[in-house]
Amino acid sequence: MNARLALPLAILVAAAIPVLPGIPPFWITLLNNIGLAALVALGLVLLTGVGGLTSFGQAAFCGFAAYTSALLTTRYGLSPWLTLPVSLLVTGIAALVLGVITVRLSGHYLPLGTIAWGISIYYLFGQIEMLGRHDGLSGIAPLNFFGVSLREPATIYYAIWFAVFAASICTIFLLDSRIGRAMRSLRGGRVAAESFGINTARLKLIAFVYAAVLAGLSGWLYVHYQRTVNPTPFGLHVGIEYLFMAVLGGAGYVWGAVTGAALVTLLKDILQRVSPMLVGNFTQIDTIVFGVLLVLTLQFAPRGVWAFLRNLAPQARPRTIAAAEPLRRRAPATQGDAPLLGVTGLRKQFGGLVAVNDVSFHLKAGEIVALIGPNGAGKSTTFNLISGVARPTSGSVRFAGHDLSNASAQECAKLGMARTFQHVKLLPEMSVLENVALGAHLRGHAGLFASMFRLDRADEARLLAEAARQIERVGLTEHMHKPAGSLALGQQRIVEIARALCLDPRLLLLDEPAAGLRHFEKQNLAKLLDGLRQEGMSVLLVEHDMGFVMGLTDHIVVLDFGTKIAEGKPEAIRENPAVLQAYLGSAA
Amino acid sequence: MDSLIFLFLVQDGATNGAIYALLGLALVLVFAVTRVIFIPQGEFVAYGALTYALLATGRVPGTVWLLPAMGLAAFAIEMIGKGSRMSGREIATDAATHIGLPVVVVGATFALADKSASALTNVLLTLAMIMPLGPYLYRIAFQPVADSTVLTLFTTAIGVHLAMTGLGLAMFGAEGLRAGPLTDARMEIGPLMLTGQNIAVYVATVALIAGLWVFFEKSLYGKALRATAVNRVGARLVGIRTSLSGGLAFGLAAAIGAASGILIVPMTTVYYDSGFIIGLKGFVAAIIGALASYPGTALAALFVGVVEAFASFYASNLKEVIVFMLIVPVLVWRSLGAVHDDEEE
Repeated sequence: MNARLALPLAILVAAAIPVLPGIPPFWITLLNNIGLAALVALGLVLLTGVGGLTSFGQAAFCGFAAYTSALLTTRYGLSPWLTLPVSLLVTGIAALVLGVITVRLSGHYLPLGTIAWGISIYYLFGQIEMLGRHDGLSGIAPLNFFGVSLREPATIYYAIWFAVFAASICTIFLLDSRIGRAMRSLRGGRVAAESFGINTARLKLIAFVYAAVLAGLSGWLYVHYQRTVNPTPFGLHVGIEYLFMAVLGGAGYVWGAVTGAALVTLLKDILQRVSPMLVGNFTQIDTIVFGVLLVLTLQFAPRGVWAFLRNLAPQARPRTIAAAEPLRRRAPATQGDAPLLGVTGLRKQFGGLVAVNDVSFHLKAGEIVALIGPNGAGKSTTFNLISGVARPTSGSVRFAGHDLSNASAQECAKLGMARTFQHVKLLPEMSVLENVALGAHLRGHAGLFASMFRLDRADEARLLAEAARQIERVGLTEHMHKPAGSLALGQQRIVEIARALCLDPRLLLLDEPAAGLRHFEKQNLAKLLDGLRQEGMSVLLVEHDMGFVMGLTDHIVVLDFGTKIAEGKPEAIRENPAVLQAYLGSAA
Repeated sequence: MDSLIFLFLVQDGATNGAIYALLGLALVLVFAVTRVIFIPQGEFVAYGALTYALLATGRVPGTVWLLPAMGLAAFAIEMIGKGSRMSGREIATDAATHIGLPVVVVGATFALADKSASALTNVLLTLAMIMPLGPYLYRIAFQPVADSTVLTLFTTAIGVHLAMTGLGLAMFGAEGLRAGPLTDARMEIGPLMLTGQNIAVYVATVALIAGLWVFFEKSLYGKALRATAVNRVGARLVGIRTSLSGGLAFGLAAAIGAASGILIVPMTTVYYDSGFIIGLKGFVAAIIGALASYPGTALAALFVGVVEAFASFYASNLKEVIVFMLIVPVLVWRSLGAVHDDEEE
């Protein structure tokens, strides 16, 4: 079967279910519950599976939207269609506030914050007079679709599953876009993503609000389906159950949400019917089973059930790279004879340890400069100070006419500084093409909504074409569609160079690019860098391979114990007594 | 405000705060050593409280069967995992700690469970039943995923919490229990009446904190735990078995949880699911203490207790909301201060 037909077929089957003869009404109710839960779990897929964040407070977001809509329709007689945007907006704002104070903190504060939020909101719903305290509100209007009342389970079924499919498709589109790629890069850590100008805190916030709004949508549907509302379905334990669905189904996959929602809802139903027979009047066996299953899933199938199911589904073929209008290039630097990069008195202290001791040097446009020195000489720290990953204790960095002494990695990237890492920082499961396209993040423009609704295709095609062009330039075209993690380490370093080139940099910072390369690969790399220099690119590199450095560079800066001990042309460095002593010891 | 009410609320808050301090310390300990955000801490409180309350009425609590069951499961996992590579001696040690110990505890419980048993006997039996659950639990649920992300460990902890709450209902039923005070002593300080139970809480808290200090500063195991907390890989390189450290940390956490339960059950009715909220308040303290500082956590816990006491006096309906919202300003402050912390693993 063709992969492109699987989804329309699934939608067709879903649409036919309520009108098939002989379908018990109870099945429809179950399917409605599955759909409502799947919407919430889908948000967690984006948040947890993609973004690496977790929330146990999704049920509280459902409640927020549900109560908003219930209040506005019962008290002010508004139409549910009017309250939909209001409910989603209110939920989104609540998430925004909660997110702003937690996403910048390290990983575990967000889930802890959502637990506190989930508990507080649950108690709050039960205390507010206007919301009917623990009794809640009732007599809520059903949805009405152009005169057709969606009062019956078999009719609201269409509203629920339309929402599930629409949200899933939007999420799939989103993940396959510039913004989605950047979100997926969150799992690879902040440093690499920010080095390509990705604002990680903002993306985490977007993921968090997106998940909350999906939960809100589910809450809004729920309240007009049940037509009563009380605090119980919005408590913390329900929030935990949603996370369980995402983990069990497969938090890394959009269809894992539906899978998990279906499995948990059905399992719960079965347990509720079977447990009185097995263990008498003991009603919480589902809690034990869910708890144990959650632990086992994390141990034995951390990717969830969909990871197995998807192998049964037809696989999409790798996309072809369409020709596209090339991305706009950066205007060449016009600053006369001033050096492109000027480092003055740069110093970094970690407590009493001086890692970089008042180092100064500069780099002219179109030059390849190498930073060399024994292990622990402070080369990588210097690199991190220049590229904004770490802040200097004192001293200044000027780049292309800007003072970057206290600039962030994002700002450095915006000005045209692109870097690679000593320890390769690629997303091993993403294809080489997508990894490289991350480098062009700043050169694309498509935002969240354009990506969700597929209005980004022209922009996206240009980004991918650029990525493909840079991959070809470094000679890895045959590996373009493979997962980056499947390449040899040396090749992964080259992928990082292609990613850096995608930024259209003025200055390329390469941290040990030749490590792990074989002899002929090193020759190719030297040829590539030489070619880039001839096109006017400037390169600063840290390297251990002296043969590589001596043959390629215009200028060498030697560090030892954080201090610059020499600089000059390769021939001069080779003869320099201080350098010889640092490398070979005084007896030499 | 009436100064007597004020004093009374402070005293009430300090008593609860002392319990939160114990739990907060256990949470910090577990997090530092294993990176697990130990949500099930509260279940140990409920298990300890209800086990003790049942023993005090001469009944045999269901926890007595949980112990050998979990010991057996942990032993089986250990044997399946690496039994073929273990010497006979190692297997014997493992069998003794996972099967022998529970059998002894079961025997002792049936021999000693009686209405006339002294409070001390019941306290010791309770601790003997609950404390080993910690290491067994670590072996079963956490050690297999010990090297995964904080998030995976957290989610595992949530799973364990669900299962333990469900088991709590199965073992203790839905009815709440309350036990008689550990001692009937009373003491008057000015207008305040300190019950023996209050004093027991303060003494136990101070003693446990002092004990932890001695353990971490003076004993080799304590130092091994600290080393693991600072650097897992480094600790492993110098020969510390990090799985042992994990089990030890969980054992201490279970013991602290059980002790807290024993201390509170004479003061309030404890239900099978009461532990969760109590444990979370320990978390509020631990978060205020940045999940890192022991003295900070202890002070924050006292603060949480006092805030809770005042909140329940002035706005009892919103008590929980107020307590949990305490972390918001802390998170805001920390978020503003967080320039760029280290890369997540």
